[in-house]
Amino acid sequence: MEKQSVSAWTRIFHANWFVYVLISPLFLVLFAYVVYPFYQTFIQSFAGDEAFFHYKKFFDIASPANLEALWTSIYISFVSVICCALVGVTMAFLLERYNFPGRRILSVLVLVPMALPPLVGVLSFSFLYGDSGIFPRIFQHLFGLDHVPFALKGIWGVIVVHTFTMYTYFYLTASAAIKGLDPALEEAATSLGAGRIRVWTKVILPMLTPSIVASSLLVFMISMASYTAPLMFGVERTMTMQIYLSRTNGNLEMAATQSMILSFVSITFLIIMRWYQNRRNYQNLSKGISVHRSEVSSKKVKILATIASFAGTLILILPILVLILISFSVDGAWKTQILPTDYTIDHYIALFTDERTWRPIWNSIQMGVIATLGNIIFGVAAAYAMVRLNFKGKTLLDILIMVPWALPGTVVAVNLIAAFSTESIFSFNQVLIGTFWILPLAYFIRHLPLVFRSTSASLVQLDQSIEEASRGLGANWWYTFRRIVVPLTFTGILAGTLLALVQSFGEFVASILIYSTSTIPLSVAIFQKLYAFKFGTACAYGVLQICLILVVLIISEKLSKGSAGTAI
Amino acid sequence: MRSVRIENVSKQFGQVYGVKDLNLEIKAGEFFTFLGPSGCGKTTTLRMLAGFYYPTKGKILFDDRDVTRLQPNKRNIGMVFQNYALFPHMTVDENIAFGLQVRKFSKAEIQHRVDRIRGQVHLAAYGNRKINELSGGQQQRVALARALVIEPDILLLDEPLSNLDAKLREETRIEIKRIQSELGVTTIYVTHDQMEAMSMSDRIMVMEDGNIKQVGTPQEIYHQPKDRFVANFIGETNLIEGSIQAIKGENVQVRTVNGHILTGRKQQSSPSLTHMIGDKVFISIRPESIQLGTGENTLSGKITFVEFTGISVNYIVDFTAFSLKVMLINSYDQIKKIGEDITIHMAQDSLYFLGE
Repeated sequence: MEKQSVSAWTRIFHANWFVYVLISPLFLVLFAYVVYPFYQTFIQSFAGDEAFFHYKKFFDIASPANLEALWTSIYISFVSVICCALVGVTMAFLLERYNFPGRRILSVLVLVPMALPPLVGVLSFSFLYGDSGIFPRIFQHLFGLDHVPFALKGIWGVIVVHTFTMYTYFYLTASAAIKGLDPALEEAATSLGAGRIRVWTKVILPMLTPSIVASSLLVFMISMASYTAPLMFGVERTMTMQIYLSRTNGNLEMAATQSMILSFVSITFLIIMRWYQNRRNYQNLSKGISVHRSEVSSKKVKILATIASFAGTLILILPILVLILISFSVDGAWKTQILPTDYTIDHYIALFTDERTWRPIWNSIQMGVIATLGNIIFGVAAAYAMVRLNFKGKTLLDILIMVPWALPGTVVAVNLIAAFSTESIFSFNQVLIGTFWILPLAYFIRHLPLVFRSTSASLVQLDQSIEEASRGLGANWWYTFRRIVVPLTFTGILAGTLLALVQSFGEFVASILIYSTSTIPLSVAIFQKLYAFKFGTACAYGVLQICLILVVLIISEKLSKGSAGTAI
Repeated sequence: MRSVRIENVSKQFGQVYGVKDLNLEIKAGEFFTFLGPSGCGKTTTLRMLAGFYYPTKGKILFDDRDVTRLQPNKRNIGMVFQNYALFPHMTVDENIAFGLQVRKFSKAEIQHRVDRIRGQVHLAAYGNRKINELSGGQQQRVALARALVIEPDILLLDEPLSNLDAKLREETRIEIKRIQSELGVTTIYVTHDQMEAMSMSDRIMVMEDGNIKQVGTPQEIYHQPKDRFVANFIGETNLIEGSIQAIKGENVQVRTVNGHILTGRKQQSSPSLTHMIGDKVFISIRPESIQLGTGENTLSGKITFVEFTGISVNYIVDFTAFSLKVMLINSYDQIKKIGEDITIHMAQDSLYFLGE
């Protein structure tokens, strides 16, 4: 009898369909929280007596607010891409190829913008360069003017902030590409008689094209989704702001329609990006490339370089400094002076002692941890299925995981409103909107690919024969998974986990649309304090976020160095 | 120590056959080698024995136990991988102890066994080393120790020497053979290197395109290859095309394409050969069995290539319609030059007849 039942199980495990039993929970989760909400928005956008009513309204020339918003979004994104590319690629070249005074500190600080949560970044920019910012006021006082001579606002404000926060995408990919660029190619071109300009246009730029194109698509997508900067600089005619306004005015059908159109743009870009990455080939990665940096020798250039790198350092570090400064200022005491006049450490004490100040932090910790736990379970399982199992529908799984990442946070929020403001089986017959649970769910969806991608990257590197060796030594699948697969992919899992945690902790875009007043997250609290002119408290919150991000960055840096290394 | 029986096993990958209708019996305690060029199905067969693939058709038995669809962790096999597949996050001892921990041995027992096997593979002082602190040869021995410490019924070795340099390969070859004969475990060895196969194995299976070409002892395979593929694959050989002109008792006379008559023994031919007059045959003659001067089957030709290796002098000699590789043990004689005439002869016993 015993033997019979064993062989029955064996038959099930070896059946061709068994793998689909294993992966069905993954697809169920994706269907319930990605496809279904998206579908609900889709249905909502078609509500009304007349088919396409809201779409017709959107594209109506007579009331061009929506079309204007679409155009402004595209315009901002396009200019952002160009500015980010100029700054990012130039920085990459200067830091990778030249040696000048201040290079070292600059190469560390160049990634600072990545440590700024979106809302906090915009916040510090408006403190520095905004209408009542420190720099405009310095000039006003200096020249005794009635008004500030300049200020960062409107569309250009948005573009400057985008450039500051997103040039890192270009910087990272371009500097990786430059590192992989064999100097021998340049030398070969020079030896064949090519001048400096020809080397650039015919050799270097063509080799960098893949990384520049990939970053351009990415930055365009993120700019389209940008919400915080337009909000803070008062640019109402962008897609994300229009969705926000439609939603707050209660016109859910229009919000749904606008979301569908914005999603269409985002997903198109996602598809182009995937297609481009697949056909992109990693050219010469020849061994033992010697990093050669040209020394800046002429005296004039040296002085110029020193000044420029000092200015660069200042620009990069000022946003953090100003946050720290204002976090010590007394709320309401800073009016028309250049800098705040009265200082206190009360805000920091309140962070940990005052229940009402502490509450949003605790809310965000709880929500972030719950969402991240979900991301770990889903991400690791999906990565293992993707890399190790053989089944039909892999591409679909991949796309479904990537889509929520490509969707603007605003759209994710609108989708969740459409799906879960009534009871549904996927929310266990509960109305989720207005409860604590909607935000962890939103964070989970927005950060779906983070753990998945970092885990699958380290799984791909893990030689399958190591798992086979363990199985051959008598370990069953679960034992192998625990003792071999998890320890060897740990750094990958952790990297994604920390990233998801940090992002959830600072998430603002979706939160602002769907938070419930009884459980306010940290980012929304910052926003509210700002509007109540409690700058000190808002900045103290911001500094706390930055500290957390720095801790996470240091941990992951340490871990990636101390790891035992990947498979042979 | 168990015997292995493979019955009518086929493995298909989509439409392509990895191996086809394999039948094989490996005796308990035997050192058995799967030999063949890459893509011949030798690794596929080994992986089916390990349980990493399941056959599309057929049965695999260890002794009388059907293991065809048994999971790999329930087979009690020891496997050494081509890249060793050592666990990079563990020390030498932790790697070796892994299989014992799975089997829930006591701590003391594990330590005892690990120490003993570590001594046997000459790594006594390396217990706490990390894997990336070991040389290739040392890693190889850790992999072997890890596979042997669980006292497997069958030891499977998948090209374990291919990542070592030539000198280390020879040392490790001797080492593996020594440990195997000490422990007496049934061992299946996969390689594409005929030297390794010949020097280590009790028996060899030569494979090509998923089929068995020949199974036999190293001597049988070397001296009596079944067909031209085996003759060519095992060692170096000359193949001379001709047709049977006469059969006189035990002697067979073959007329080569350009009219030379060569005589050999009838029993020195592959079993499939029917020995009808006029049949097309191939004569296989190993370069080292050709001798200088006149005697049985004397031929004269012109030297087109000379190579001095120290142990031997190798010539290629042209006989207008065919040429022969000749290997003469270095006897400090004058080495001939390209273009010179040379006379050689071949003992009748050293000729071997193969079919089409």
